[in-house]
Amino acid sequence: MTRKPIIVAKKIDKFFGDFQALTDISLEVHQGERVVICGPSGSGKSTLIRCFNGLENHDAGTLQVDDIELYADAPQIRQLRQDVGMVFQQFNLFPHLTILENLTIGPMKVRNLSRKQAEETARKYLERVRIPEQADKRPAQLSGGQQQRVAIARALCMEPRVMLFDEPTSSLDPEMIGEVLDVMVELAETGMTMVVVTHEMGFARKVADTMVFMEAGKIVEVSPPETFFTNPKSARARLFLDQILEH
Amino acid sequence: MSNTRPVTLKRVMNNLPVGVGLYLVIVGVIVWVAYTGAQQMGYNWQWYQIPKYIYTFTDDGFQPGEILHGLWATIVLSAASFALATVLGLGIALLRLSGLVVGTGVAIGYLEFIRNIPLLVLLYLFYYVLGPVFGFDRWTAAVLTLGVFHSALISEIFRAGINSVAQGQWEAAASIGMSRGQAYRYIILPQSVRFMIPPLFGEVVHLIKSSAIVSVIAVAELTTVGRNIISDTYMSFEIWFTIAAVYLALTLVLSFGVSAIERRFQPAT
Repeated sequence: MTRKPIIVAKKIDKFFGDFQALTDISLEVHQGERVVICGPSGSGKSTLIRCFNGLENHDAGTLQVDDIELYADAPQIRQLRQDVGMVFQQFNLFPHLTILENLTIGPMKVRNLSRKQAEETARKYLERVRIPEQADKRPAQLSGGQQQRVAIARALCMEPRVMLFDEPTSSLDPEMIGEVLDVMVELAETGMTMVVVTHEMGFARKVADTMVFMEAGKIVEVSPPETFFTNPKSARARLFLDQILEH
Repeated sequence: MSNTRPVTLKRVMNNLPVGVGLYLVIVGVIVWVAYTGAQQMGYNWQWYQIPKYIYTFTDDGFQPGEILHGLWATIVLSAASFALATVLGLGIALLRLSGLVVGTGVAIGYLEFIRNIPLLVLLYLFYYVLGPVFGFDRWTAAVLTLGVFHSALISEIFRAGINSVAQGQWEAAASIGMSRGQAYRYIILPQSVRFMIPPLFGEVVHLIKSSAIVSVIAVAELTTVGRNIISDTYMSFEIWFTIAAVYLALTLVLSFGVSAIERRFQPAT
């Protein structure tokens, strides 16, 4: 791949006390690439993606995101986070603000945009995630699926260069998963660089350029989706796919 | 269904007329005991003297008496002390939550020191020791004492309020590039306010009550005024009943205010 790498992880280790959450992780994500990370629970997927915007600090190895070297308390980390959007499993909308304010507070306070500019951008992205009519409500008045779409719009309002999704549909009721995945597929079609931790294999098949399979804190397999879904290289990935696809 | 329920003691006691009746009986007994006790001492009741200490009407119109002046002094003293306590308390809470070893150490040291010495001793420290050293008067000593003493309690209220905001809110604020300060200001503190308002107002009531202690250094607030009137008139029964009623009125008004504010902050989820 000739495109510029945005995330370059080399031999990352991460410990929580005595527990080693990540072992020797090396991974590159290129501009415009869609990477889907899957694997059983506790395999370190979330920890890895949280390292990518400095919510967790790795203990060994090097991690460059957007040409910025990440380490604990790196001074550029705030700059970096403005360019790396994050969507959480629990949405984490700001409950005391309206939907519109949830979207404008970052651009206004962090990027110093005027209210007018920020609201214009916010309405554009609310349109994009198909809930423009909810702008003046509070997060608690929305369904889970709507809240997660707002969370995606909130991240997009910062005009990020990479979007990270940490199990974005795992705490949604089944009938709401589709609406969130639709928005994510559309986002992928715009050429956004995306790293997605998910169990939604249908979504992965549709948008992924690269599948990453993790287990016990290690990357077991990195393959293009065609190979990964039909003929995985590792026996462990084959077993995992059998388990989640047989239903 | 309801008429078949057995008549239990609890049901009888919860009945409104019974409740009001019991209340009146209890109040009556207290008044009766005070009255007969005073009679036996040969106490000379002079309630007719009291109103002039509260207010008078002259040709110039309404004139507040000593007790109203004292009440105002108590309100000003409490407000100044509460403002100081809030600022100090927030500072201590933020230090404690800063994650810095030094910050946490300083905050815990301060809290343990303040919480484990009596308020009266703290007042003497400020008035007799720090007062002469730094050259401040009794009013300043009173405000500092009450402010410092209550800042310890208020910092715990702030800390609990801040901790009650979900960790995900910090992460969401960080993930859109906010600094820790911005996250506090725009995301965390606005959400913790509704956890803090009820206990903070409780603390105001507590502070008003403990402000009476500064009468020992003769700061001219409500309790001091009461002592002064008594030393002139020897009407201790009437004056202390009156002073107690004034404090009660002040704190009850505040309590009703708190209930209203609590309702105002409740629906914000």
